[in-house]
Amino acid sequence: MGLFILRRLGVMLLTALCLTFIVFWLTNLYPNLEKLAKTQGNFRMSDEAVTSYLENRGYLQPTVDKFGEWLGVLPGWVTQGETPDETFGRCFAAGTPVEDRPTRCGILQGDWGFSTVFKEPVGATVLTRLALTGKLMFWVLMLMVPSALIVGVLAGMREGSKLDRSLSTFSIATTATPEYVSGVIFIAVLASSRFGLSPLLAEWGWIDSKTLFLGSATSAMKDANFWNFFLPVLTISLYGMGYIARMTRASMTEVMTAQYIRTARLKGVKFSEIVLKHALRNALIAPFTVIMLQIPWLLNGVVIVETLFNYKGFGWLLVQAAANNDIELLLAVSVVSVIVVLVTQLISDIGYVFLNPRIRIS
Amino acid sequence: MEPLTWTGSLAGLNIIFLGLAALLAVAVLAQIVVSFVPSNGPQGVNADGTMTAPGGLTGALNKAVFYLFALLVLLVLIYIVAGAFMGANAGIFGGMSQQMLPVWIALIVTFALSIHFKRRLGLYGKLFDSTVGMIGFAIVMFWVFTGVFGGLFDMLVTHDSLSQVSGMKNKLPGTPLRAPEEGEYPWFLLGGDNLARDVFSRLIKGSWVVVQIAPLATLFAFMVGITLGLPAGYYGGRLDTLLSFLANLILAFPVILLFYLLVTPEIVRTGIPNYMAVVLFIFPLVFLAVLLNSRYYTQPSFRTPLLIVVLGIVGWLYLSLVSNNGSIVATDTYRIPGLPSAIDLFDIDAGVLVVFVSVVFVNSPTVFRIVRGLALDIKTRDYVAAAQTRGEGPWYIMLWEILPNARGPLIVDFCLRIGYTTILLGTLGFFGLGLESESPDWGSTINAGRRLLALYPHAAIAPALALLSLVLGLNLLADGLREESLRD
Repeated sequence: MGLFILRRLGVMLLTALCLTFIVFWLTNLYPNLEKLAKTQGNFRMSDEAVTSYLENRGYLQPTVDKFGEWLGVLPGWVTQGETPDETFGRCFAAGTPVEDRPTRCGILQGDWGFSTVFKEPVGATVLTRLALTGKLMFWVLMLMVPSALIVGVLAGMREGSKLDRSLSTFSIATTATPEYVSGVIFIAVLASSRFGLSPLLAEWGWIDSKTLFLGSATSAMKDANFWNFFLPVLTISLYGMGYIARMTRASMTEVMTAQYIRTARLKGVKFSEIVLKHALRNALIAPFTVIMLQIPWLLNGVVIVETLFNYKGFGWLLVQAAANNDIELLLAVSVVSVIVVLVTQLISDIGYVFLNPRIRIS
Repeated sequence: MEPLTWTGSLAGLNIIFLGLAALLAVAVLAQIVVSFVPSNGPQGVNADGTMTAPGGLTGALNKAVFYLFALLVLLVLIYIVAGAFMGANAGIFGGMSQQMLPVWIALIVTFALSIHFKRRLGLYGKLFDSTVGMIGFAIVMFWVFTGVFGGLFDMLVTHDSLSQVSGMKNKLPGTPLRAPEEGEYPWFLLGGDNLARDVFSRLIKGSWVVVQIAPLATLFAFMVGITLGLPAGYYGGRLDTLLSFLANLILAFPVILLFYLLVTPEIVRTGIPNYMAVVLFIFPLVFLAVLLNSRYYTQPSFRTPLLIVVLGIVGWLYLSLVSNNGSIVATDTYRIPGLPSAIDLFDIDAGVLVVFVSVVFVNSPTVFRIVRGLALDIKTRDYVAAAQTRGEGPWYIMLWEILPNARGPLIVDFCLRIGYTTILLGTLGFFGLGLESESPDWGSTINAGRRLLALYPHAAIAPALALLSLVLGLNLLADGLREESLRD
């Protein structure tokens, strides 16, 4: 088991390195750098000005060198100024005394670089945004997982029954509704003061505020409550829910046809007891993997929903970084998301082994 | 002129429609509740082997649900048929129904022919034995016909999808034009968007973008996935390890990050999408070459001319696809010459190409994993061992023994994946990547409409519902196909 985890960790590290290198290469293509220089400097820069801007800031070194500097295994670039005071480099600003200048600064030294869009260190920016998205994800999981499991178990316990048909149709419908569609529909129906349910409810005096829910989650960043946070949470959970519910249903129907369930029924055990005591535990092994593998997919939902509801979390950060070609921020964002993907894969593999005693890794 | 209401002079039917819908909902709920209580009556078997219908409360409810559903469908048909004849007199729905007349006719013809000949049509014919499959197929074909008639032949649409009409900015559905010219359609059926363009016409034009790109991109992804997945599963070993690592590498990327990195004007300028197109589009060529060669290589006199003709045609298509204005890759600093413009069959806009390539790129690793898994499973079967003993080559076994036996799950996944590709295209449009901002595709329209969502939701809701229905139709179709292919 230990060896298995070690090997997986090795592959993970290799994957993360390859992926970050691809991101690094794509963001460091010349047209992207030119765009960066023009957004940072001004849009009417001449070609020579762009080149000297990029040259001075070390962008024109070979990609592998830059990647090494970003990782912290190669010494950072230094641009000699006219006087020693004007000399600046990757790791220090102009005016730093010579003895205080570090040679290497990169991931290995714990320095994630400086965001060109937000004008602040990348590490801190990513952490604050991650915390906000963490809050969102927590509530998404709290809503999505239990409801998906309940729907799946209810549908799967009597295959082909009316309940199964209705719930399966519901699951198919949710998997067919991407976040940008359900979000738009929810806002129009529930959060518009002129259309949908809210004007009706307000007229009848059932709600105090103008709308049933708030169509923007900006205020939820500080203080989240049901009114301003439910719609984004619901929008993300709905898309993932159908898939998990269908997997749970498939696993549940399989378990319900197993020999030991038939034995229990023939012994005269009550149906509710069969479902809760005999079937449920075995039926939940497969959905566990699915839930873990679903988490990276939620990341897509997070990006869409944060854009739609204007919630400034990690997904919003990704959009900002990518739209402005903020190289170091984009790299940090991709490192985080790649780690999320790989760690959930690892957990799902390990968890599967623990949950299912029939599988042994030698 | 008066603004149109939703159902116009058919408004009397609305109360019946709502009543029926409410009754149906109640009946289905009752059915669910009753299904928890085990029925006590014995189940009889008729002389012809069918089961007798359950009696008592369950039977009555089943009948009620069936009739209510039938009535509801009938009512919807009345709305559509009456609308097709009465036009705008029957309100917005009537107007739309009349515009859609060619689609209805095409749908009826398709269904009549398919149901008549369904016993001779294999899996496609069996689809018409399953209600869910038929509903899904109807929805999908509705959008396909809408796309083809509206986009290709310019029928269906009421106004130009790009022209702005004064005074129609953000107008509600059914608003009449201020000063309609002679012969101009006098209403905006689904209202105007924030640039005073007709939402209904844009919706129809947008369906053509999806109907064009999604199935084709999925097909290319399948070609790539099959051509790489079969050998990975069949040979295993180093090749498998390497290809699986690459596939996992792409799968570990968050899709949106990949899109944001790939689908930008700057990347288009570097020519990377063209290189990717050159690599990804060659797979159908390789697939066809290997497919035919492995089958007929024992009869060289037949194989050689066949390969020359087929590869010649496909190769020409391939070269036309990858070359644009006489060059394969053209950047600021260098260009690689391709097919000269004179014999270039079609040119693809750089924006569309990058969208197409990235969608194929994102989809193919998943297909690869599915095909690899199926190949791993099927290669242990006896007929594969028999083929090996006969001395068949590995590619023959992969393409003519394993692949046909993996077709069931692959066809089902193909339908699901078209839906997923549609969602991806919408995502690209939603973030304003790739296609130009005035493009009528559904994602871009949702993106344009979402800014004023709380005030004027119709501009975003219409494409959102369209996309939802198309993907739902594809999912239902896949479900029906799965059910029917399992019955074999």
